[in-house]
Amino acid sequence: MKIVVCIKHVPARDSRLRIAQSGEWIEERDLSWEINEPDTYALEEALRLREKHGGEVLAITAGPDRAAEALKRGLAMGADRAIHLAGDVFNAADANATARGLADALRGEAPDLVLAGVQSDDKGYAATGVMLAELLGMPHSTLIMEVEVLDGRVKVKREMESGWFEWLELPLPAVLTIQSGINQVRYSTLKGIMAAKKKDLRRVEAPAAGSAGTGPAGTGPAGTSPTALHGLAFPSRTSRAEIFDGDGKAAAGSLWERLRRDGKLR
Amino acid sequence: MSAEIWVFAEERGGTVKPTSWEVLGVGQRLAGELGKPLAAVIAGSDVGSAAGALAAKELSRVLALESPALDPYTPDAHTRAVREAIESESPDLILFSHTYRIRDFVPKLAAALDRPYVPDCVGVTVEDGQPVFVRQVFQGKIDARVAVRGEGPWLATLQNGAFPAEDVRAGAAAAPVERRAMDSGGAASRTTVLEVFEGVKDKVDLTRAEVIVAVGRGIGKQENLKIVQELADAFGAELAASRPVCDNEWLPMDRQIGSSGQTVSPRLYIAVGISGAIQHLVGMKGAATIVAINKDPNAPIFQVADYGIVGDLFEVVPALTALARAG
Repeated sequence: MKIVVCIKHVPARDSRLRIAQSGEWIEERDLSWEINEPDTYALEEALRLREKHGGEVLAITAGPDRAAEALKRGLAMGADRAIHLAGDVFNAADANATARGLADALRGEAPDLVLAGVQSDDKGYAATGVMLAELLGMPHSTLIMEVEVLDGRVKVKREMESGWFEWLELPLPAVLTIQSGINQVRYSTLKGIMAAKKKDLRRVEAPAAGSAGTGPAGTGPAGTSPTALHGLAFPSRTSRAEIFDGDGKAAAGSLWERLRRDGKLR
Repeated sequence: MSAEIWVFAEERGGTVKPTSWEVLGVGQRLAGELGKPLAAVIAGSDVGSAAGALAAKELSRVLALESPALDPYTPDAHTRAVREAIESESPDLILFSHTYRIRDFVPKLAAALDRPYVPDCVGVTVEDGQPVFVRQVFQGKIDARVAVRGEGPWLATLQNGAFPAEDVRAGAAAAPVERRAMDSGGAASRTTVLEVFEGVKDKVDLTRAEVIVAVGRGIGKQENLKIVQELADAFGAELAASRPVCDNEWLPMDRQIGSSGQTVSPRLYIAVGISGAIQHLVGMKGAATIVAINKDPNAPIFQVADYGIVGDLFEVVPALTALARAG
């Protein structure tokens, strides 16, 4: 079977972020980047399904030049080939614009299964996978905790709220967003990293903003989004926390004294 | 008639979900500021009692979309029913809660309608007669203002717990309930629901713990958990974790605090290496006293904390353990 995995290149989770001068995006210099963690579970699940059923795993990302790094890591983990839908436009893009770009790039691939992480660590729309399903005309399900591929169908366990779950069956081809924690993600090996260098990583240029395209009606061409970021800011919700400074030992000492004085220790 | 603002409500067992009241409160405010009528919309196989509860609030009408095909829930049937209602009524703005179900079908609806979708908002204001949304990006570290382009309807979801449910105003008289039998003879849902079941009950009950020491991804690796366990022991506390720690199987799932774990309100909560994603905060912000230890001063955990140390947990935690042991 042919499995497509959508992955995203995002700042490492413990990054200290700065906002760019424009106020429209973060300052990308001096950041370290990684594959969006929820997407690593989707990639791992795809690799396991391939090991069980045979076939091919194709990783795709939409993002600026730097995003090719995420694909290289995906190839090193074991994906067979990769497509980089390249364009700076995807930094500001909303889920709708990204899904349209991915759908255009994937139409010729005719995948049996498309997997995505449950949401991204950067913009966190939790929507791109579901929109992609609609645009590709495929059924979908979200927050998947177990995947079983049957003959022409897929049986999945979906997480609901308040500790409830459901078992669902969907005809293939289908799109699934994978819940984090579904599996234990493998590390890439040196051998994998070496093998990745020989794998096919194809770059496809996204239509630039302003060019003719298949964008949403009344909202401009592909790549331009029907929603616009008006600027980023650190939350004004001021911390009410009393912060204790100094080296670790001194700060711990001040905190301990304060907790005792305020009667928080019993 | 001026185009309406819709609030899409959800129910469970005939009762309107608390998150829907939060959204209705915002809908009432925006209806006033934008000078538009407000309608509540609810969909299901039998939503009479929830529709009645909604009708008691200050709004112009309740639309009850009913079909046997809407139960059990599938994204295909829900998208079809709500889309049909939107296309016949042309509302301007539709507000939803950011629940698992909404996340499952509303992005599909937005893509099918080719309309703007702004999910998980923590603020909505009106500027120049248009809604402007605030949503958190980069895991709650940064706020982004989002404006929508083009014609309505615009679809937005509001973060659970971001707005007070108590803001909802009751109506002077019951609003009319319009029950619509939706077409269930159309294309069948492609999804088959085989079974809906409750997961294994939590073995560890953290809700009764007086003191909780919770650990997040800042701990780095499983071997490092030892220092946090020692801190918990010194405080006589239960050890708990945020989701990533359990996803990595460093601690069992039944020690998880947050939207997919347990909700706790201990006397003292010490968060170690937890950045404070909203999914975690909803599970612990009811704690009487919150202490946060994290190296990132912009971590959202400090917004709910009473006391904080911005620093290296590998220095702070052993020092705090030593003090607690000494009493």
